[in-house]
Amino acid sequence: MQSKMKESDPILEVENLSASTDNLPILKGVSLTVYPGEIHAIMGRNGCGKSTLSKIIAGDPSYNITKGDIKFLGENINSLEPEERSQSGIFLGFQYPIEIPGVSNLEFLRVSTNARRKFLNKEELDTFDFEELVKEKLEIVKMDHAFLSRSVNQGFSGGEKKRNEILQMALLEPKIAILDETDSGLDIDALRIVASGIKKISNAQTGIILITHYQRLLDEIKPNYVHVMSNGQIIKTGESDLALELDKKGYEWTDNFIKET
Amino acid sequence: MGNENLVKDVVKEPYKYGFVTDIETEKIEKGLNEDIIKLISQKKEEPKFLLDFRLKAFKKWQRMSEPDWAGLGYKKIDYQDIIYYSAPKQKDKISSLDEVDPKLLETFDKLGIPLTEQKKLTNVAVDAVFDSVSIATTFREELAEHGVIFCSISEAVKNHPDLIEKYLGTVVPASDNYFAALNSAVFSDGSFVYIPKGVTCPMDLSSYFRINSGDSGQFERTLIIAEESSSVSYLEGCTAPMFDTNTLHAAVVELIALDDASIKYSTVQNWYAGDEEGIGGIFNFVTKRGKCLGKRSKISWSQVETGSAITWKYPSCLLLGEESVGEFYSVALTNNLQQADTGTKMIHIGPKTKSTIISKGISAGNSKNSYRGLVKMGTKATGSRNYSQCDSMLIGDQASANTFPYIKSQQPNSEIEHEASTCRISEDQLFYLQSRGIEFEEAVSMMVSGFCRDVFNQLPMEFAAEADKLLALKLEGSVG
Repeated sequence: MQSKMKESDPILEVENLSASTDNLPILKGVSLTVYPGEIHAIMGRNGCGKSTLSKIIAGDPSYNITKGDIKFLGENINSLEPEERSQSGIFLGFQYPIEIPGVSNLEFLRVSTNARRKFLNKEELDTFDFEELVKEKLEIVKMDHAFLSRSVNQGFSGGEKKRNEILQMALLEPKIAILDETDSGLDIDALRIVASGIKKISNAQTGIILITHYQRLLDEIKPNYVHVMSNGQIIKTGESDLALELDKKGYEWTDNFIKET
Repeated sequence: MGNENLVKDVVKEPYKYGFVTDIETEKIEKGLNEDIIKLISQKKEEPKFLLDFRLKAFKKWQRMSEPDWAGLGYKKIDYQDIIYYSAPKQKDKISSLDEVDPKLLETFDKLGIPLTEQKKLTNVAVDAVFDSVSIATTFREELAEHGVIFCSISEAVKNHPDLIEKYLGTVVPASDNYFAALNSAVFSDGSFVYIPKGVTCPMDLSSYFRINSGDSGQFERTLIIAEESSSVSYLEGCTAPMFDTNTLHAAVVELIALDDASIKYSTVQNWYAGDEEGIGGIFNFVTKRGKCLGKRSKISWSQVETGSAITWKYPSCLLLGEESVGEFYSVALTNNLQQADTGTKMIHIGPKTKSTIISKGISAGNSKNSYRGLVKMGTKATGSRNYSQCDSMLIGDQASANTFPYIKSQQPNSEIEHEASTCRISEDQLFYLQSRGIEFEEAVSMMVSGFCRDVFNQLPMEFAAEADKLLALKLEGSVG
């Protein structure tokens, strides 16, 4: 489908990936390739396997890969631990960011950032230097400094949680970011902040996968490709106008595609 | 799932302090009877009142039976198979540290408690207790300038018998419980602290208890007296070698705070816990109690309990003085087959007294971790308040946690508040931290220290860092 000739090597290649949890098959042969600078959107009904795909790429141990490969910068990462994937530049923005009581957000962000910096052979930051860095990144998501002294995601509103995810993305500077329904539950202002944050962080070297139900995020960030998933498979891929069509016609319209493939 | 085995691997860090010091010791024969008690008293050249105190306690102990209400499972202790006095052989009178056997100094060096003039810890005065005797106390002259007495209890018996006679056994009477009675009969050494009126102790005081021999018990006795408007922060640390037999440790600690005085007592307990099969380890049966005798006096207990095969310990406060304050902050971590039954008693007697209890229990492996506490409001405790919070964290699916809060109120004009929670480190939380580049073990210890933060905040600085590290070490390999 991606017939265009690419000048550089792909960041992420998902090849015929099948996966299950508790012996229940969730993904049934998914293929997807992301090149530097590309934005991909994945849409589809709840339960179609979108979130599973993102978690498997990030290394969630509750899923088993039964067939196929995930390659990151040309290397097979099927058996890498989640922390190794993160350190090497894969970022997953959670649909439901997890609360960690008692652990300060600042310390969490610092340890996380240093793990990535260590991998990149960059100097690890002490509390003071990190404060400087994080101050600059807080601007991107328009977050208040007070967020840093609270426990990770604890008592955060839905919008605050999502912005905290984007803050982490800004600090980790990943090669590829998979954002799982980062737009859901956001009001219009928060959506703009999140969208502009994503745009500021991404560049010609990064790849982005947006998992979403809504056109409104794609109005802010125009994707190069739109994939429609159903029942653990990508059933249609198109350009950004596919999302518009989908928005008009609903997922029922895509039910016919299954018969086509 | 993959993580479960990993979690089980995280608590397997070998015990760092398990070495034995090879040193000639003077031990008396095994067993317990009046003659043994007389022998201990004679060796310590004690005044008659103390021998009488011991013998009376022994008589009481003989009539008592071992408590079983905590439901702890262990083989019956044979009290005739224990050596009640064991001391490293030294010159009769040691006038300076230079005369202490270098092997002993080396032992404490290895434990991170250097005693020699050049290396001793700055700003913390240390009393080092090895088996049954105190080896050395640092910074004595400096403390004496402020009128602070800090020495072994044996020395205090010789040099300050009036204080000992006045206060010993007034907070924990010999008849209080089985192990307190045993301690009162046979206690060998321990620390003594006296802070005179109006003095803020210029440095932290610390006792370090080391059990070295495998067949003798340790029965130390600590007495701290804070006179009017004085204050002191006292730290206690403990380790023991790894033996495949169980060693009995039955200590008694008594604190007394007069008007406007405050005592902060912090413990990091890391006795040998036994191996993965539950072989060996210390039986830690301890009675700790503080008496807020004076108005507006304050006693604060903080403890980090990580060691011992069995811990049976309830540091408590008797709040007599009007507006006196009692606090208990506790972290108890158990792993493998360890059992811990710990908590506190806050007995509100005077009016407008206040107490706070924060307890954090973490159980991993097949361990059993219980909080047991009593809050009592007496008839005169009008306008008194208590707040208790007991949280448990489970690691893995074989560990157990229990909370037994007892509340008795005879005073309608008082408030008691109790909160409890239980949580488990979830796979979701672990994955979230890991997906941010944080290694599995670090993720676990981050969550554990996050869980304990309320308590760690109460510990003196150096102790908090040590406690954090200790917990991380203990958990290494136990989580996954």
